[in-house]
Amino acid sequence: MKIHEYQGKQLLKKFGVTVPRGIHCTTVDDAVKAAETLGGKVWVVKAQIHAGGRGKGGGVKVATSLEKVREYASQILGMQLVTHQTGPEGQKVRHLLIEEGADIQHEYYVAALTDRATQSVAIMASYEGGMDIEEVAHKTPEKIVKVFVNPLVGLTDEQGLELAKGMGMNEASIPQCIDTLKKLYTCYMETDASLAEINPLIHETDGTVKAIDAKFNFDSNALYRQPEIVAMRDLDEEDADEIEASKFDLAYISLDGNIGCLVNGAGLAMATMDTIKLFGAEPANFLDVGGGATTEKVTEAFKIMLKNPKVKGILVNIFGGIMKCDTIATGVVAAAKETHLSVPLVVRMKGTNEDLGKKILQESGLPIISADSMAEAATKIVAAVK
Amino acid sequence: MSIFINKNTRIITQGITGKTGQFHTEKCQEYANGKECFVAGVNPKKAGESIFNIPIYASVKEAAAETGATVSVIYVPPPGAAAAIWEAVEADLDLAICITEGIPVRDMLILRNKMKAKEAAGGKKTLLLGPNCPGLITPEEVKIGIMPGHIHRKGRIGVVSRSGTLTYEAVGQLTEIGLGQSSAVGIGGDPINGLKHIDVMKAFNDDPDTDAVIMIGEIGGPDEAEAAMWCKENMKKPIVGFIAGVTAPAGKRMGHAGALISGGADTADAKLAIMEECGFTVTRNPSEMAKLLKAML
Repeated sequence: MKIHEYQGKQLLKKFGVTVPRGIHCTTVDDAVKAAETLGGKVWVVKAQIHAGGRGKGGGVKVATSLEKVREYASQILGMQLVTHQTGPEGQKVRHLLIEEGADIQHEYYVAALTDRATQSVAIMASYEGGMDIEEVAHKTPEKIVKVFVNPLVGLTDEQGLELAKGMGMNEASIPQCIDTLKKLYTCYMETDASLAEINPLIHETDGTVKAIDAKFNFDSNALYRQPEIVAMRDLDEEDADEIEASKFDLAYISLDGNIGCLVNGAGLAMATMDTIKLFGAEPANFLDVGGGATTEKVTEAFKIMLKNPKVKGILVNIFGGIMKCDTIATGVVAAAKETHLSVPLVVRMKGTNEDLGKKILQESGLPIISADSMAEAATKIVAAVK
Repeated sequence: MSIFINKNTRIITQGITGKTGQFHTEKCQEYANGKECFVAGVNPKKAGESIFNIPIYASVKEAAAETGATVSVIYVPPPGAAAAIWEAVEADLDLAICITEGIPVRDMLILRNKMKAKEAAGGKKTLLLGPNCPGLITPEEVKIGIMPGHIHRKGRIGVVSRSGTLTYEAVGQLTEIGLGQSSAVGIGGDPINGLKHIDVMKAFNDDPDTDAVIMIGEIGGPDEAEAAMWCKENMKKPIVGFIAGVTAPAGKRMGHAGALISGGADTADAKLAIMEECGFTVTRNPSEMAKLLKAML
């Protein structure tokens, strides 16, 4: 789960990280009022969407008068902000953050994330902040320093110093930088984050270290014990179909192809998508019905897939283990009837009660194409949509 | 022979009285030598009672002491699952198999580091399989986990995969083509887990009754590449490799920093390339895993 920058900064502030003063708002009038409340001569008007790259897309503007605040707020609120992470259609801006201007002397990068290989929390830092960190990693990997934090110990002073020195932090700001890194680590752990990124982290003329941006991802497995984080969820920023699917405990991700697929198990679902591609077409979605599919769940899965107008055919691939093929077959038949299915449907079923399942499909009177292997199923559905 | 478990393995079930635990315990009991293998359950509130003729103990330690069991399987729900694994580790079991899906990553991070600290201090090493895995099976001897037993046949091919249904797919293909399995191991899909591909490949390499292996991976993380490098130097048996997720959209589950830390080598294409370089016979067509393997024997 992701949150907005203004929410991320609230979290950082709660854990003691210095952030610019700022006010979240949703109207142009409130944006101007926010600037008045903050005072000063320079304000930053920042679009709040979950995707990164907002500055390049025109979603972040520096205003030097209240008139400019009004002008930029009216431009940004409601715009379809296109960044390299939103896709070409962009994301509608519904929230703004109005912040006091910062005295930026240098922009650094810091982030905390879980590292699989060492089974620890990696803290990364770089002198090259304010830009796309992937680009830095690609062109100048030596400019990124990493330490691995044992969660039983926490981030030590030595590690903090190693990072601060390694990222070329302004000499006078090193103590506050180490303190900030420790607080970032604590925030990461206590909120069950899977990514906490500050890009840029800056130092000001007087040496103050400040977080100018905040990007968080959270571990969905831990949301049950993080009510404060769950309250920050913004459904407007998420794919409506994916939200609908999650209500039925279906894992759904929409993609760009034209063949809908319904599979049990994430690995098999990916393998099915790969097979479709291998035989010359593209999958329209990833859809894992999980281990305990019922007729209702299968019907909902069909409805969600068919909402996508690009879908020209459907491939169902089930390896029946605990889930029996006849249960799935009954579900598929019911779903096809209820949705008045008008696109070709190929079903491949293996495992428990396979023959019973195939019989149910055959006797349904529906034009269901049956297949024995994934490859055969993919070949048949690709041929059927052409 | 086989890896990790056989018909003489004695097993404790943690979470035996829950709905999932009950359902799968019955299936595991029904499979091959299951009635003799599953000897104890754990539930502090129901100690002294029994379920499916399996006695329930108050703790793993007590269950192990009373029955001589050395392996545990865990169906405890996510909030208590990491603590349940730790209980098995503190009882000095040989192997803990955690089926539970949805354990918070932070709990696993802390648990894995506690396990490593115990080993570093000279304590007994308990192997962990999972979490979020289907378990493992030595066909016609014992099944520990949630896989459908009937698709397996006893034989000489090893299977290792992160994904449950993809493991079944490989096993199903092998059985259909007349090749049985020595053991089939699902290591689970969570980012912080116990046994990795490399550990299972080492075990298959050492097992005199395994002739060849199907190794299945997925996008994300460095594990498959690490296993491949080890195999290049050490593995004496033919391997067929497949990686799921060539079509998976990048960064959908987690920001890009995750891919960054593993040096960008965690896409399906990158992993397939490394495996091929390390002498695996790789395929992009998951329907032909068993066929390819048969051609190599």
